[in-house]
Formats: sequence, C-alpha cells, structure tokens
Amino acid sequence: MSAPRSAPDSLFPRLEPRLPSVSKPIQYVGGELNSTIKDWDCAPEGETVRWALMYPDAYEVGLPNQGVQILYEVLNERDWILAERTYAVWPDMERVMREGDDLGPIPQFTVDAHRPVRAFDVFGISFSTELGYTNLLNALDLAGIPLHALDRTEDDPFVIAGGHAAFNPEPIADFVDAAVLGDGEEIVLAISEVVREWKAAGRPGGREELLRRLAVSGSVYVPRFYDVTYAGDGAIEAVAPNRPGIPFRVRKHTLMDLDAWPYPAKPLVPLAETVHERFSVEIFRGCTRGCRFCQAGMITRPVRERSIGTIGDMVENGIRKSGFEEVGLLSLSSADHTEIGDIASGLADRYDGSNVSLSLPSTRVDAFNITLANEFSRNGRRSGLTFAPEGGSERMRKVINKMVTEEDLIRTVATAYSHGWRQVKLYFMCGLPTETDEDVLAIADLAKQVIAKGREVSGRNDIRCTVSIGGFVPKPHTPFQWAAQLDHETTDERLRRLREVVREDKRYGRAIGFRYHDGKPGAIEGLLSRGDRRVGRVIEAVWRDGGRFDGWSEHFSYDRWVTCAEAALGALPEEQRGVDLDWYTTREREYGEVLPWDHLDSGLDKDWLWADWEDALAVADGADVEVEDCRWTPCYDCGVCPEMGTEIQIGPTGQQLLPLSVV
Amino acid sequence: MRAQPEQQAPPVQRLRIRYAKRGRLRFTSHRDFSRAFERAVFRARVPMAYSSGFNPHPRISYAGAAPTGSASEAEYLEIGLAEVVDPDAVRRSLEEALPDGLDVLEVVESPGGSLADRLAASRWLVDLDADATAATRAVDAFLGTETVLVQRMTKKGLREFDCRGAVVSLSASAREAGSRLDLVLRHAEPAVRPDDVLAGLAAVAGLDVGAAPLLTRLCQGPLDERTGEIGDPLRVGP
Repeated sequence: MSAPRSAPDSLFPRLEPRLPSVSKPIQYVGGELNSTIKDWDCAPEGETVRWALMYPDAYEVGLPNQGVQILYEVLNERDWILAERTYAVWPDMERVMREGDDLGPIPQFTVDAHRPVRAFDVFGISFSTELGYTNLLNALDLAGIPLHALDRTEDDPFVIAGGHAAFNPEPIADFVDAAVLGDGEEIVLAISEVVREWKAAGRPGGREELLRRLAVSGSVYVPRFYDVTYAGDGAIEAVAPNRPGIPFRVRKHTLMDLDAWPYPAKPLVPLAETVHERFSVEIFRGCTRGCRFCQAGMITRPVRERSIGTIGDMVENGIRKSGFEEVGLLSLSSADHTEIGDIASGLADRYDGSNVSLSLPSTRVDAFNITLANEFSRNGRRSGLTFAPEGGSERMRKVINKMVTEEDLIRTVATAYSHGWRQVKLYFMCGLPTETDEDVLAIADLAKQVIAKGREVSGRNDIRCTVSIGGFVPKPHTPFQWAAQLDHETTDERLRRLREVVREDKRYGRAIGFRYHDGKPGAIEGLLSRGDRRVGRVIEAVWRDGGRFDGWSEHFSYDRWVTCAEAALGALPEEQRGVDLDWYTTREREYGEVLPWDHLDSGLDKDWLWADWEDALAVADGADVEVEDCRWTPCYDCGVCPEMGTEIQIGPTGQQLLPLSVV
Repeated sequence: MRAQPEQQAPPVQRLRIRYAKRGRLRFTSHRDFSRAFERAVFRARVPMAYSSGFNPHPRISYAGAAPTGSASEAEYLEIGLAEVVDPDAVRRSLEEALPDGLDVLEVVESPGGSLADRLAASRWLVDLDADATAATRAVDAFLGTETVLVQRMTKKGLREFDCRGAVVSLSASAREAGSRLDLVLRHAEPAVRPDDVLAGLAAVAGLDVGAAPLLTRLCQGPLDERTGEIGDPLRVGP
C-alpha cells in the first residue's frame, strides 16, 4: 500500500488578501448554491479518487457548461469520489498568482475548496472548442504540472481531455495523458474504478501502468501508446500502436437511455454573472439531419430522446433547486423532439400565470416552430426568433444538406411577423465548400425579402432582421473533413461586399442588422481542428509568447499564431517537414490521405463520409441528392449504430404533462 | 399589434430585511447579490409582488449596500408582497434558499416611510496590519485636523473631497496581529467610504494600511447626534 496523501491546505487564506486587487473576485471564491465540498478522504473505506474538472475558459463562460456540471454531479454522487471545479483565470489574477507571496507562487486552484489542482488524481478538461488549448497549457503551468505528459511524475495528476474537440486531440497529444471521446457520464466512472484499483494495489507500474490499463479497454485514447510516422511530403504515413495489447482504434462513448441519467439534478447557481442565466434541460442528444458542416451532428449519433415525463420532472426540479425563472430546452435541433408540441403546451400550462419563461434554442426554419414559440412566450417576453438557414443560396443549402427552401423561410418569417414578432435573427456561414461571391450576396436578397414580407404581413415599418455570419471551419469526422477552408482574406472580402450591398439598399438596409467576425480566428481554429501532433509545438510556442483566451477577440492575436506557426513548423525534424498553416487549412485532402484522427472511431464509416462529400460536390454542380433523416426514413448506413452497438431512441410515448399539484 | 401587459396590483405587504455578507461571500458585488436574492425569493416561494410592464420584476428595493469586498452584518432591503405572510416564516425560508455567507438575519413588517432615510450612519470595524501605536497616532492626527482631502476614482472621474467631516467617531485598538479601527461614519453627500478614511489616515500621518485591510460593517441606522450612537433602523422610533 502506498502511504495515503495528506489533505492539501486550502489556498484560500493566501488568495484572500489579494482578491480585492483583481477584477470580479467573486468568480474565484466558489460557494455556489448546490456546489459540493467533500472531505479529501471521503471514501468510507479504501482509496478516494479525486477529480479536478476544468472548463478552459473564464468562469463566466465555464460555470454554466452542462458537461462539466453533469460530470461534477455524477462523480460527487459516489461516496468514494471527490470532484471539484477549476476555470481559466484572467490575466490580472494570473499575475497575482505568479507573483505569489512568502510561500512562492500561488498554484492553480479549485473554486470549491481551493485545493491545488496538482494534488488531484485526475485533471479532466472539457474542450467545446479548440481555442481553449492555450488555456490548458496555462492552467498546467500555473498548477505546477509539467506541460509534457512524458515529463510527469507520480506526484502529478493524469491529464484527460474530453468534449467535442477531443475527437481530434492530436494537436494536444503531447500535453494530455489521455483523451476520451463521446458522452462522459459512464466513462468517468469507469476511469475512476481503474484509478481506485490501481491506487489500492499500491500504484503498481506507476503512471505508465495505469495508462496501459485504461488504453487496453479501447475506450480511452492514450497518445503515447501510438506512434505517428510521416511520408516525407508532409502527410502522415501511419498511426499505429507501439506496444502489445493496445487497440488500433479507440471508440467513442454513447450514453443510452437518457431517462436514467437526469442530470443536472442539482444545477449550480453562481453568484457571479455568467453567459447563461437559465436552467437548461437537454431534451435529446444527437442529430441525424445530416448537415454536412456540423461536427456535433455527426459525432453524437444516434438520436436519443428524453421522454416528456422526465423532461417535465427535470424542469420542475431544476427551477425549484436553482431559482432560475428561465428554462432552456437544449438539443441540436430542439423542435425535432417527437413530442415537442405536447412538451411546449404542457410546460406552458404548468407555469401559466407565473414568471417562468421557456426558450427553445436551435430551431429549424419551420412554420411549426412559430406555434411553439407562441406557446413558449405565453407568460413571458417575446424578444426575437432565430433561424439558421446557414447558406444564402438554394444551391449552397443543398451542398450542405440543409434542406430549407426560400419559400420555407419566407413562409416561416411571415408567420412569425403576423403573430406579433418584430425581430428575426438569421444565422449563416461564409466559406462553405464550392461557395462563390454570389452565394454570399444571396444572403442580402434573402434578408431583404424577409423584411419586405414582414412589412407586408404586419403592416408595420418597425420590424427588423439581424443577419449573423460565422466563418466555416471544416471539422474532423464530417463529410467536409477533406474540404479546403476558405482563406481569411477572401472570407473578409466576401463579407465586406455583402455588407456594402445591404448598406446601400435604401428601402431595407436600415432594417437589417449585420453581425460577423473577421476570418482570422477561424483560420487558427481550422489549424487546431484538423491539425496533427506537429501542431502541438505551435500551441506551446504561442502560449510561451503570452497567448491566452484565444476565443476572446481582445486577447486573440493572429499575428502571434502566424509567427509561431512559421517558427515551430519550420523547426520540425527533417522527416516531419513540409507543412505550414495553409497546408493544414486551405488545402483540400485526397481520399487516400491518412487523417490525423483516422484511428479515433466516431462510428461513422469513412467511406460513407467520402461518398457524402462526393455527393456534396455533385450537388454543387447541379445533381439532386438529398440525405434524409434516418429517424423517419430508412437507415442510410452512416455506420454509427452497428459500429457502436447503439440504436435510435425516440418517442412518442403518448403521455402528457399533468398539472402540478400546488404545494 | 400586441396588447399592453396587464397592470400589476400594488403590494399588500412590505417587509424589511436585514442580512449579512460574510466570509468569502464578502466578494459578492451588489449586482451579484441582487440576482442571487431574486432567485432566492423564487426558490423560497415568497409571494412577491411584481412590477408592471413587458418584463416584470419582483419588487425589491435596496438601501446603502456595502462595497464589494467588505463584510457586513447590517445590510438592508425591502420587498413588496402580493399576499400577507408571516415575516418569520419568510426569514426561515430565505435563509434556506441563500448560500451560506449571505445570511438573512431579521425580517419585520415595514411601518411605512422610507427605509433609506433611516440609514443615516454606519459603524465599521477595520482590521489593519499596522501596529496599534502607529494606528493610534494616525487617528489622533486625523481627528485633530479639520479637513482631510482625499481622492477617489468615481464614475465621473477622479474626484477630490473631504473625508473628515463625515467621521462621527474613530478610535484604534490592538488586535492579535496589528490593529483595529472602530469607525462611525455619517452617510453624507458625496459618500465617504471607510477606505476613504484609510486614505485620509495615510495622507495625514503616513499610516501604512497594508494591501488588504478587512472592512466589516457592524451596523447602520439612525444616528443620535447627541451620543453618536446608531439606532436600529427596523425599530420604530425617532
């Protein structure tokens, strides 16, 4: 048996005198309603397994994250597991921590009991976006954990990445000990079991052995057990296990029966202001609409619904436990729930006459959604409706398999404006494969038609339409994973022309709002999304040069990324050379190319993805191919269900929400 | 055309609440607290009266909130209710619904009038690293001066004002490590805060108040000009 580690001292007494000198100190003190503080040795017998969970962004963004909240709760429900949370600290706090006090620098801490992150067994980081990678390095460094996994000792935690970005963790392969793909609820418990057994046995074989035990299961990816060889022209030749017993491919996790996992059941309620001030219930997971650009829709298959009864219970429990009066029904396309109509009217009835308001983010362009929106705004305010046609022209929308016709859109907004809505927000992407200037300019035509129709049906002049545009970034495990990303200069030029066209319009220009970001951050997101292990050097160089919070425009520096990419990729060993920023982003890939994430199994059949990519290109040239949704048409063999042993789980259950009895 | 929202009925009962900001939750800003309190009344199912309009808000009025970072045993607010309730039941349920460190201490029915008008002065304890001898010398020098000008960055820019006139009483004593000031401040215009008095002590006598003096408001209420004592704002009286 190894000697039990004694509980580390709380860092709070060291932080407290410094807190008045940093901005928004409340974000560092914890104490949120429904947060959990446990003894360091909480296990009734045997070893306690301790997790520090991080969302690698500022507290105001990280605290509301559902994934972290769910895992925090699932882990803490076990009496032998302790889980605490940590977030990225702002530069002013970082300065205070590095400056430190008489005892030296103040290390990265958890907000729950202010324990040093390095003292935990596992340091789990959830990446929704690749732009959090420099924040990972900063947290590791502040924690006193060696940046490189191979330099870590028995005194360091196992650093494990999860979240959507972990479907290609190669750019951070040097910095993490392991990565986990897919739903986290079950695998964090499985990992905890393995850690507990290994600790109880006296940590046999050290870190290496624990990682081996995790890797042989085929459900945890341990980058160090795989060697990447290069073909000499920049491309990857192969990725292969470098020791016996390690599987060639690592599988994603899929949680079945969401009703059995009704989390968050104790939603965290922060004192600080955060980006989402509401209680959210995930009404289903997965999406099979088949939009080709959408990584979330590809890697979370199949669709698994929560039943209307469970959703009703979760809403009631959530608002009572949190005090939030706003409820969001989350999913990738919320109106697609088989019983969304009954859910909407059932919840609206239940909370009629109260100030509880409901919202439905992520809805499709569909007149039916206006009916839902009317139900949802019965008690509350009516701010605006958002739809995402994504592509400006009909041709573009067919290329991405977002089957919305112009008529659909106009009919939908007409319904909205005639029901008293005054503002509609439309979301588009720029830089989609085969896109031309005309496709982007078509966004302006669409917006003008929306305003014209709105004025016609409402008989008013004060209606508005906001056009919001994001740059398209090709993502791994999607049919567009082979696509060339549009360079940022062309992206910016297209958006500039679009804006000009909208502005110049005397009749409609003033009624159309225009929101977009420049193309540069997208280029770096592209590098990190489809990068391989060589990109790790770039990330490290950027962090060493001061790069932090790359998702924030006021902190992001494109020039720094470009300079560091040139230097780091230029200094690669001979056999790895031949790559640069453009090679990773604006280059189209061939069928035969080994992609950095080919050994990571999202269930999608690579040949199906390729065929879908070819279909997209054929559609661009005028062919008529549509991928329908497998929830209501026959299976089209994307490969996920047979590969993962999963199935579509949807209603209807035929049940209704009953009125709640008054307490 | 959408109909105008329904006019809400006026409150049928008003309750005055005293609460404390303690420990690490002293870093709660006033905005943070007001959001937390709105959630707490909903969780506690307090039958709040709401304002009229498209975006109705529960009727809560705050008075004289302590600055972020200072602890307090005496913060006050008033709520308007749609039903008549037992104040003590409200106290118990709010206590349950707020996180530890934001603690509801007292709930009484409002006798009417303005709560803010009854908060004329505050008593503060200020814990300093400086030793008691230095602190006492500085206090004596400060009290012996008629006007002590200090500067503070406000929303309207850097302002200079007198911090001496608002001080009703000030004394220093020794504590375990350093000293403790006992300060009674009149709520004046422009507002003088305890950290302004610390700036004044530094200006008059060069007192080093350290990086992070701990400020605690002990009480606030009506000021008896004759004795310098602060009364209880929740009790009916002069």
